[in-house]
Amino acid sequence: MLESIIQNIINALQWGSFYALIALGYTLVYGVLTLINFAHGDVFMVGAYIAFFVSTFFLSALALPGWVALALCIPLTMILTAMVGVTLERIAYRPLRKKGAHRLYVVITALMCGLILEHANLAILGASRKAFPPLIEVHVYNIGGVTFTNLKVAVIITAILVFLFLHWVVTKTRVGMAMRAISYDKFAVPLMGIPLDQIIVVTFVLGSGFAGLAGLLFAMSYPVLDPYMGALIGWKAFIAAVVGGIGDIRGAFLGGFLLGAVEIMVVAFFPSTFRDLIAFSVLLMILTWKPTGLFGIAKTTKI
Amino acid sequence: MRRILNVLLISSIAMMLAVPAMAADTIKIGFNIPMTGDIPKVGESSKRSAEMLKADINGAGGLEVGGKKYMLEFVYEDNEAKAESAVTTALKLIERDEILAMIGPNSSKQAVPAGQIADDNGVVMVSPWSTNPDTTLDRPWVFRAAFLDPFQGPVAVNFAVETFNAKTAGVLYDLSNDYSKGLAEIFKDVFETKMGANTVLAFESHGTKDQDFSAQLTKIIATKPDFIFVPDNYNQVALIVQQARQLGYKGEFMGSDAWGSSELMTLCGDVCKGLHFSTHYAAAGATGATKVFIDRYTAKYGETPDDVAALTWDATRVVLLAVQNAGKLTGKLKKDRKAVRKGMQAIASFSGITGNMKFDDQGDPVKCAVVVQISQTGEFEFKKSVCP
Repeated sequence: MLESIIQNIINALQWGSFYALIALGYTLVYGVLTLINFAHGDVFMVGAYIAFFVSTFFLSALALPGWVALALCIPLTMILTAMVGVTLERIAYRPLRKKGAHRLYVVITALMCGLILEHANLAILGASRKAFPPLIEVHVYNIGGVTFTNLKVAVIITAILVFLFLHWVVTKTRVGMAMRAISYDKFAVPLMGIPLDQIIVVTFVLGSGFAGLAGLLFAMSYPVLDPYMGALIGWKAFIAAVVGGIGDIRGAFLGGFLLGAVEIMVVAFFPSTFRDLIAFSVLLMILTWKPTGLFGIAKTTKI
Repeated sequence: MRRILNVLLISSIAMMLAVPAMAADTIKIGFNIPMTGDIPKVGESSKRSAEMLKADINGAGGLEVGGKKYMLEFVYEDNEAKAESAVTTALKLIERDEILAMIGPNSSKQAVPAGQIADDNGVVMVSPWSTNPDTTLDRPWVFRAAFLDPFQGPVAVNFAVETFNAKTAGVLYDLSNDYSKGLAEIFKDVFETKMGANTVLAFESHGTKDQDFSAQLTKIIATKPDFIFVPDNYNQVALIVQQARQLGYKGEFMGSDAWGSSELMTLCGDVCKGLHFSTHYAAAGATGATKVFIDRYTAKYGETPDDVAALTWDATRVVLLAVQNAGKLTGKLKKDRKAVRKGMQAIASFSGITGNMKFDDQGDPVKCAVVVQISQTGEFEFKKSVCP
């Protein structure tokens, strides 16, 4: 019994890591722009596909060993995915923002961008799934009946490092200070000489870059890629971000792990048929108790 | 100038009027298949197989019905592997495209709801791949080319008990898929009747879009079953088997016919080698007409036909046979559709490439199943044949 609980904690940490990594992207953009970037789940999907093409290229065209390919794949995937995110901001969100469109329209635009990414992928690459090539050899370790793989540990550690990095960026750097300032008042801040657009681009670079990293790790852990893979996990990561308190880095991180843990533990102790029913009821109760999420601060709308 | 225009106008109107007259010489069959969505390979196989058959018949001058040759026209519509889309696709085919009969949907998740539409509208529907009993149950217009889950379930149970010496089992299935859920329940009933109560140690489910099965698998593995029965689509099988191995499970798996896609091995790779599943036919080691079909398909498309391809071939041929049995086509859609249904019932026995079949009262074929093992080269090798 004990080992099965520890096993499930490891499972939950791995699964929660993905929610956390994606939720961080939601929360960064929301924190700065108060925009719910619903295309984020699909940016994650694009990241997984970019990782697929980059790694296949390194493995087959250049015949590099797996670990070299991985080492090259990580920065390249992050850069390319960040470019996708920035492009979205540039062609879809910025024009609307410049015209002073209501937030609602930007959110709908984001939803459409997500669908465009999905269906463009479907049209270009076809509907058949891609199998992600194994980059590193997966070792299975067994300690006292609890099994884990080197990949699982790497995923969990990466999620924690990314959180620490982003937390540091937001709280300790000048860019982070500018982000928080824009979040506080985006009309007064540009008057102080802070370049609004550049800070927003940095936000999208960070959010999308780590979505790309999440895509790469996800593809390594679950090596079957399809155009819709980002939709559901993106929605759930959004829920995680809301439960954690959207706009707060710690909230997204904890919310991601919380959702992962709730989903896994419900299956572990109840019939798996009820998983989503129980999992989301728990989250609903958390939100009823604390409507702004675990770390959220209630804001009043200024007129 | 005006004169020329007038001539052009008149001749184009004449052309338009002439089209329906020409259309009377074609037979339209609709295909309600998943070309995108969860199982796009299934749709692709169906389409490839149908195209090959169409080329054969149209190449020979068309299908002869009542002394007259008709050209075939196949209409392929994508149902996105969704239940609701399968319904709208069926309606579109029946009403807009005015098809004579419908092939598909393939998987039970879509075939069960689409079957209702076909039955209500009085159009013959033949599902190539659906194995859930509800597809044809009490629907006189709906037929199928595959065997049923109540037959496939016992095949899996008996094979596992004999080959793995299994006394206990674990089950992991897709809750939102009629096929998977139905088969899992039948399996559980049959296994527990045979081996005693509570011998299915774990009975766990997941959702269609899930990618992480670690919690369910941890629970199943903790009960230490002799094997795990996974009646899931091939894309999920790839993830389930891999994750089970990463959780330290070393035992056997038993699969069902939804495993049998040529894409299984590209997605699953080495971890799936050596596993068994029950299916409709085994491509490796086939003889006779089946071998001819396999060779031609392989030559044309560069891959071994999976069982959906073979079953679509059979299903389409059954429908065409029924059309021929109808005797004569009047061009009146309602009357012809009725005649096709009479033609279906008139088929005493049909020798297809997936085995001989005859249809019972419910429109289900009585035919054999095979159990195959995935070989070290990734081929589906014949292991055992089980007949009703």
